Amino acid sequence: MKQSSNIFVRFEKIDKSYDGRELVVKNLNLDIAEGEFLTLLGPSGSGKTTTLMMLAGFENPTSGEIYLDKKPISSITPHKRGIGMVFQNYALFPHMTVYENLAFPLKVRKISNDEIENKINKAISMVSLTGFENRMPSQLSGGQQQRVAVARALVFEPKLVLMDEPLGALDKNLRESMQYELKHIHETLGVTVVYVTHDQGEALTMSNRIAVFNDGFIQQLSSPNELYERPTNSFVARFIGENNIINGIIVESDSKQCKVKTDNDEIIHANPVISNNVGDTTSMSLRPERILINPSAEIPNKFKAKIEEVIYHGDHTRLRVNLLDQNDFILKVPNASNIFSFENGSEVLLGWDSQDCRALDFIGNKKNS
Amino acid sequence: MSKILTTEGLPLEKSLKRVEQKNKFRAFLLVLPLLLFLIVAYVWPILNLLTRSVDNRLISDLLPQTAIALSNWEGNEMPSEDIYKTFYLDLNEAHKQKLSGKVSTRLNYAKNGFKSLINKTRRKLKNFEDENYKDQFIDLNKKWGDIEYWQAMKVAMPKYTIDKYLGSVDLEKNYSGEIIQKPEKRRIHRTLWYRTFYVALGVTICCLLLAYPIAHLLSTLPLRYSNLLLICVLLPFWTSLLVRTSSWMILLQQQGVLNDILVYFKIVGDKSRLELMYNMTGTFVAMTQILLPFMVLPLYSVMKTIPPSLMRAGSSLGGTPFHSFRKIYFPLTYPGIGAGSLLVFILAIGYYITPALVGGASGTLISNRIAYHMKESLDWSMASAMGAMLLVSVLVLYWLYNKILGIDNIKLG
Repeated sequence: MKQSSNIFVRFEKIDKSYDGRELVVKNLNLDIAEGEFLTLLGPSGSGKTTTLMMLAGFENPTSGEIYLDKKPISSITPHKRGIGMVFQNYALFPHMTVYENLAFPLKVRKISNDEIENKINKAISMVSLTGFENRMPSQLSGGQQQRVAVARALVFEPKLVLMDEPLGALDKNLRESMQYELKHIHETLGVTVVYVTHDQGEALTMSNRIAVFNDGFIQQLSSPNELYERPTNSFVARFIGENNIINGIIVESDSKQCKVKTDNDEIIHANPVISNNVGDTTSMSLRPERILINPSAEIPNKFKAKIEEVIYHGDHTRLRVNLLDQNDFILKVPNASNIFSFENGSEVLLGWDSQDCRALDFIGNKKNS
Repeated sequence: MSKILTTEGLPLEKSLKRVEQKNKFRAFLLVLPLLLFLIVAYVWPILNLLTRSVDNRLISDLLPQTAIALSNWEGNEMPSEDIYKTFYLDLNEAHKQKLSGKVSTRLNYAKNGFKSLINKTRRKLKNFEDENYKDQFIDLNKKWGDIEYWQAMKVAMPKYTIDKYLGSVDLEKNYSGEIIQKPEKRRIHRTLWYRTFYVALGVTICCLLLAYPIAHLLSTLPLRYSNLLLICVLLPFWTSLLVRTSSWMILLQQQGVLNDILVYFKIVGDKSRLELMYNMTGTFVAMTQILLPFMVLPLYSVMKTIPPSLMRAGSSLGGTPFHSFRKIYFPLTYPGIGAGSLLVFILAIGYYITPALVGGASGTLISNRIAYHMKESLDWSMASAMGAMLLVSVLVLYWLYNKILGIDNIKLG
């Protein structure tokens, strides 16, 4: 992968409002490195698409400036920015063949016919659509249309490609195979990609870095595994993957560990991420797959739980247990070694490492999103 | 292949047909009223119009023997005594049955002057003696010795004729059956045809130019605004055509609102007020306004289906707004342009009330001429022939449209 530390795109103090009353994007500062695959992830209305549209030039920032290759681009119209874009519903030109669709950006750039043909052939073979040149978009399947859209965004060799939920309309299997294809294309070409999605799986699979948006802010910007393993606030913890939340008050703390007293007066050893002031309320996040059954002696957190529900999922089994008076605790057990047999109503001893239990900002009794 | 049977043992095809027949019959009953209505109110009148336009049996029924005699006459020298005699007998018979008036009216279409000639003659018919009919006719009125009248009568005699069609494009047949131009001062129709097509084309273009931006705006505005705007576009539909046309008269006349404003701002002098009505300008303006919705609606319905992301895609790929419009948006609106233009053009070539009211002499169209023949000259055959020609030109347009754009592409809303 060709990824340098050169900053290629820079958002500087960007605010965006549509109606003059509410900010959709608030003080956005974001650097994107050359060759990077950056995903803007977030629920709908979080400002991620707006951010992408500002970069593409279809929306103007209300204040602040966007730099592309160190040049401010707010006053540059979209067609002069030279940014490739893949749209949510592909936006293929329905009255043009695949070939003509791909030729559009090249003809605009007054490239000679020979070279156009050359580039189109290359792009078409890249997305493995050779032989489909003379089809109309309506004669293609969703996945093929998607490939044409990708090829069209790349054929004029832009240095930056934006993708706005490009896989949203595809079915699950196709979506997964397209994820790998897009990832490979990115790796081969070394273009910078800014990708918008609300699908965390997609974001985790493809990205170098993920910016999690909520409420107009970037909640966390880090690599996929960092994001999943070490969320820095409760929103990210809840948004990415599954997790169990335990509320409590910090009663004892040092920089590495803290003790939290839960509502029913149990003490939990946790990892203080945001606050380590004694007396603060906190919501602790605990991934379902990090809970151990019959833990070894050195595990600090050990509790008895009652199994409420057993849900078989093929590769793993999910248990809903009553733990610490919360009956919506979820627990994932891989099915590889079927050493446990679970029964509704039976009791098990559960435990987890203090590092896996992250004490984050307090969010009260909100359910898992 | 063996026949597939149903569980009850009947052939599958038969039982399927029986089940479907019932449904088909029910469906047919539902459309039957409309079908009957269409036959009575649309197909039959059109067939009637087509036959009437070529039907010329009236005169040969009134003067049956003369018709036969004249068809054998060469037409280049004076008719013989026999023909005069036959004509006398026929005319006398018609006169007795009080039908000579019809003869005079019909023959007058063939040649001006026949009406008075026959009217003068029929009063004297009873005084005729049974010999030398030719001399008696010529003595009575020397026009009977003019070969042109006889030639005109010969031309008017055939039972079926395309004379009316020729007449509606200022052509006529001479006595030997050649098609020739009408005398210059009697050529009025061709100008009208040209003007009709010119006005229809002009109105179509004006409508397209005005409707395109409106339709685009309609299709891109948020729903609550676009509904309001759509109501504004449709408002004229809910106003009587006559009211709209008269309001244009109020606006456009020389002492009208528009001229008053121009005079007030000293753009034109009070003495030189513009003539905006009773000419082509009036017809153009009023017809464009009245036909505008017919262009807006098909365009709007097509534009609504064009996703805005296409233009965005165009510009993200490097196309200037104009280039993207020309290569992407505009071609996608062809079905709407085609449908709207076809609709407006077809309505415009048959337009009647508006040109009649604001057109004046230089702004009347072929439809006004048809109305004239229906109501004043009572030459219904002529009116039918012109109507049929309008019908054919519409069909030709459809055919052309189908050739160029494909009729399946049409989108009316």
